[in-house]
Amino acid sequence: MSTDVVNGIAYWLRRLGGAVTGVVAQLGYVARFLVAVLWHTPAAFRRIHLTLREIYFSGVLSLVIILMSGLFVGMVLSLQGYETLKRYGADEQLGILVALALVRELGPVLAGLLFASRAGSAITAEIGLMKTTEQLAAMEMMAVDPLARVVAPRFWGGVISMPLLAALFSAFGIFGGYIVGVRLIGIDAGAFWGQMKAGVNVWPDVTNGIIKSLVFGAAVSLIAVFEGYEARPTAEGVASATTRTVVISSLTILALDFVMTVFMFRGANAG
Amino acid sequence: MSPPAKPTPSRAAEPIAAWRVDPEAVAVELVDVSFSYDVRPVLKGITMTIPRGKIVAIMGGSGCGKTTILRLIGGQLRPQSGQVRVGGQSVPDLGPEALYDLRRKYGVLFQFGALFTDMSVFENIAFPMREHTELPEELIRDLVLMKLQAVGLRGAAHLMPAELSGGMARRVALARAIALDPMLVLYDEPFAGLDPISLGVVGQLIRRLNDALSITSILVTHDVYESLKIVDYLYFVSEGRIVASGTPGEVRASADPFVRQFVNGAPDGPVPFHYPAPSYREELFADVD
Repeated sequence: MSTDVVNGIAYWLRRLGGAVTGVVAQLGYVARFLVAVLWHTPAAFRRIHLTLREIYFSGVLSLVIILMSGLFVGMVLSLQGYETLKRYGADEQLGILVALALVRELGPVLAGLLFASRAGSAITAEIGLMKTTEQLAAMEMMAVDPLARVVAPRFWGGVISMPLLAALFSAFGIFGGYIVGVRLIGIDAGAFWGQMKAGVNVWPDVTNGIIKSLVFGAAVSLIAVFEGYEARPTAEGVASATTRTVVISSLTILALDFVMTVFMFRGANAG
Repeated sequence: MSPPAKPTPSRAAEPIAAWRVDPEAVAVELVDVSFSYDVRPVLKGITMTIPRGKIVAIMGGSGCGKTTILRLIGGQLRPQSGQVRVGGQSVPDLGPEALYDLRRKYGVLFQFGALFTDMSVFENIAFPMREHTELPEELIRDLVLMKLQAVGLRGAAHLMPAELSGGMARRVALARAIALDPMLVLYDEPFAGLDPISLGVVGQLIRRLNDALSITSILVTHDVYESLKIVDYLYFVSEGRIVASGTPGEVRASADPFVRQFVNGAPDGPVPFHYPAPSYREELFADVD
């Protein structure tokens, strides 16, 4: 093997090694940041109005996009589901299909993606701009820790809001499914609700959906506050941090969803 | 042709006789402080003394290390060598709790105010009171109005920071900096970007508040005229070193080339107009040869 080839392979191995160690170091840094946020949580909760305010900004102000999206997703799901189920003469199973799809998967995942786009990006931009305009430095110089005053309330605001938003997404999705399936297509309302009641269980279906949305909420909120806090204090730095929040959050939600689904639902209804 | 020479300190930084400070009266002291960002040295052996109750200006061109000095005093940075003492305490040696305790005695005016944009003027000034005291709401209200009255903006209490002009924002930030009657106020470029009237107002406020509240003030600025009107002493910093110092009278009378260049705003002098570069002639005619 020529020296050039060996050098080329060594170069790419070094780059690969550098990238891997870089990712591991970054994960360690994020984990340390999470510990710091959790450490400052009692101080943040002592002024609970700060967290309530963040629940309002992250949760209440996201309601319109979440509810509208849930409604339309449920309606589409109902239309598509009906067309498929009809081929097998199982169109009365539409209620259970819509409900399970929403409660187990689409509710937590789509609400998480919308939450990352709407609230996550806003949190990153807000903290990043506070850093750029020296508001965080001003707080530190006033002997007020920004982790307790700014970061922890936003983190917990997201963690608390997300399961509620996912639940509302699913509820409105089911309502959308009902409108299309029962009101437009004409499936019997009793069959729609009865099948749903019989086929959807609190455990594992609803509970696992709630667990998923909690994990997604924690992941998105952590990514959003971390990216904002670590943003370069320039206009371009805040812009790229905001973009990173949406991209990383979305990929993290999809990856976590797969991992959790494997553990939660594999063989859950077997036997 | 050799590249233009780097500026050389015109004289060593020796505190002059008029500024011999009683050790008991020292509020802030930097002794042989050096600091580098990564490998780029910013401060190279800075020594300065700031007595209680005085206003001291640290002056120099952009990027000379002035703001770094403020950050060292505030404990946001740690020097690579040397000592930074505030009220007798070594700032770099303080743990997080002790550093926050010390910072409660500080007031800081940032270059562009750094007001909290989601709070009104009133809430901005009430912020340190709410965070660090258990004062009843009525008392906080009265104190905030008194601070705003001191800077002439009591009528603007209900406004949001986005509704303020640059000069007003700076005055609100000044009111917030003195909210808890600090022992030391750090001003980072308090005159930057202000119109002449606002500039005079802010300058006079700094002097008046310093005297009325018996605080110690450190101004980092490059506005030499406004500083000469209000400060007790000036340090000139260039290339990370103190190159001159003196009282306003001494600065006005100084024949020091650096001080003259700074006071007169001359484009060339000990601080060269040109960034170090190869010979102009050689670079222009490189292709001809």
